[in-house]
Amino acid sequence: MNRMNRAEIASAAKAQLTPFNVIAALIILASLVVLAIRFTRGLGAVTNLSNPYPWGLWIGFDVMCGVALAAGGYILASTVYLFGLKQYYPLLRPAILTGFLGYFFVVIALLVDLGRPWRLPYPVFYSYGVTSVMFLVAWHVFLYLTVQFIEFCPAVFEWLGWKRVRSWVVKLTIGATIAGVILSTLHQSALGALFLLAPTKLHPLWYSELLPVFFFVSSIIAGLSMVVFESTVSHRVFKDQVNSHHLARLDGLMLGLGKAAAITLFAYFSLKWIGVARGQHWSLLATPMGLWFLVEMFGFVALPCALFAWGSRTGNVSVVRATALLSVVGIIINRLNVSVIAFRWDYAQRYWPHWMELLVTVGIVTVALLTFRWIVRRMPVLRAHPEYQGLQ
Amino acid sequence: MKVRRRDFLKLGAATAGMVVGATAGPTPVRAADPNRERCKAMLFDATRCIGCRACQTACRDGFGMSPTRDGDELYDQPTGLSTTCPCIIQEYRSEDGEEWSFIKRQCMHCLDPGCASACLVNALERTPDGAVVYDVDKCIGCRYCMIACPFDVPTFEYDKPVPSIRKCTFCFVTSEGNVPRCVARCPTAAMQFGDRAELLREARSRIHEEPDRYVDHIYGEHEAGGTAALYLAGVSFDKLGFPANLSDRPIPDLTKTFLNSVPLVIILWAAFGTGLHRFVQRREAGLEEVAEEVETGP
Repeated sequence: MNRMNRAEIASAAKAQLTPFNVIAALIILASLVVLAIRFTRGLGAVTNLSNPYPWGLWIGFDVMCGVALAAGGYILASTVYLFGLKQYYPLLRPAILTGFLGYFFVVIALLVDLGRPWRLPYPVFYSYGVTSVMFLVAWHVFLYLTVQFIEFCPAVFEWLGWKRVRSWVVKLTIGATIAGVILSTLHQSALGALFLLAPTKLHPLWYSELLPVFFFVSSIIAGLSMVVFESTVSHRVFKDQVNSHHLARLDGLMLGLGKAAAITLFAYFSLKWIGVARGQHWSLLATPMGLWFLVEMFGFVALPCALFAWGSRTGNVSVVRATALLSVVGIIINRLNVSVIAFRWDYAQRYWPHWMELLVTVGIVTVALLTFRWIVRRMPVLRAHPEYQGLQ
Repeated sequence: MKVRRRDFLKLGAATAGMVVGATAGPTPVRAADPNRERCKAMLFDATRCIGCRACQTACRDGFGMSPTRDGDELYDQPTGLSTTCPCIIQEYRSEDGEEWSFIKRQCMHCLDPGCASACLVNALERTPDGAVVYDVDKCIGCRYCMIACPFDVPTFEYDKPVPSIRKCTFCFVTSEGNVPRCVARCPTAAMQFGDRAELLREARSRIHEEPDRYVDHIYGEHEAGGTAALYLAGVSFDKLGFPANLSDRPIPDLTKTFLNSVPLVIILWAAFGTGLHRFVQRREAGLEEVAEEVETGP
């Protein structure tokens, strides 16, 4: 008996020894070493942060991009529950899970970046700096994390078989959805509003009074694109989780999301030019930073807009799926531009992330992916739970 | 009856979300203090500075900060503001050497400070006397104050596992005779400390009396809404390391429109979301009825 258990454990352990798992384990181990250095010798020991560049990759990518790319949760929840487009329901749970984990790991990244991370709860429980946009971000990320947890609870309770608790939580759905949309609108835009008070530091082509609007509208693009991208990857990786009936419907949904993304990208493209026009910054377009701005605008806004429109019009799902990746990259470029690349673009000693910063970022993304996989393999996320089929 | 109850619950949920959001949103944006210009200030006259750095040393002594030393324990001068040097004398010299000036760099003590408005835990605050002070017991180390400061004043202890922000506080806590140490230690009276309005008058009369000695500009009178560190110099200020493209608008003003719109977004989204949900639900119920009628026939 004992021996058999041991043999079972051994074979189970062997099954875990996939190349992905081995590489993931190495990355996580190395990140932990870096974190040990960071927490004993200070941020300067592992980052290239400085007084002119107090925010680097961990804020620019982990937080700014992390929050934007987690927007799929509120986008899909409002699509299904507020706009009543019930056919999108199969995409809802993975989107909410991606959103929840996205925010959760944004907070983890923040704990790494903050000088005194053990004081993270201060703005919520201890000292209230109500004039700060950061205060708004802190509160809303905290509340939205709670909301997304409530939204994901039905899947957890189905997995645990707690029918009664599940039915209670389901009743909160509409309230949670509306609260989620409000909170997301505010903190997605607030991440842009953070930079409103740095007009002398952010390049004029990216600085605009409309920054909050830009960040909100582009978060819709990020959410839609991430749902397409994430479903593309999931349905390849977790084939066993999805039934064929579901797959057949999926193409139509992808086209619908592509169409929505095309419209939003078009609106975003127009809005961004209003920003340039308001500041009368046309002449700056002929500078090196101006060229980079044009690359962002045409390569990562106009191009995905055209491709999404073309793909969804001609029914070409592969084009829509590929464009989603392009559009996600575009959002990452935009967030990095505002928070790192175009921030103090004219400064002599430019910031460039230290390899250990990069390693920790990759480590956090890896843990997020592993957590996603762990949950998807156990809970009814991509598949419907047999006992709750048809229930929403 | 049933429908009404459901409506009520939904509205209740939306309102709950709204209230939660409203308490979280910084609704009442603090109005700028009307008396903010009646405060203490420091006037630094660059044309009187001899570059002895006595102020710099006094400042570090006061903070208990050790001077920068290399591996052989040799002493060296710092080259800019840092966590061990919150006040520094720098020298400007034009390429042809014709034009030169010393300049003191330290916290500008804005009348409406961007750093304090940016701090999400009120670790940075302006006292009624005009000093922008820092409370290490609240700081969480997010470094947003450093993003907010147009003068790059707050510095962060990147080399410490338990880091703080370091900056000039006008010696607020420990000042002797209510004058910052740097001012007290200056041997040439290049610095004055006193009422801001009086110092502005003094600065104006100096420019008026010796127009060739000074550029016609009191730096800090209007910049970023006015500061409590005021400067006179014989060289234009953009050459002395002050931001050239800074407007007279206080930094906290720049986020006020956004913060004020927060309650609007909450209320409108809550109403629109609830309404939309009801509309969609009704339309669905209507469609079902129609379908039933079609099935059962006339």
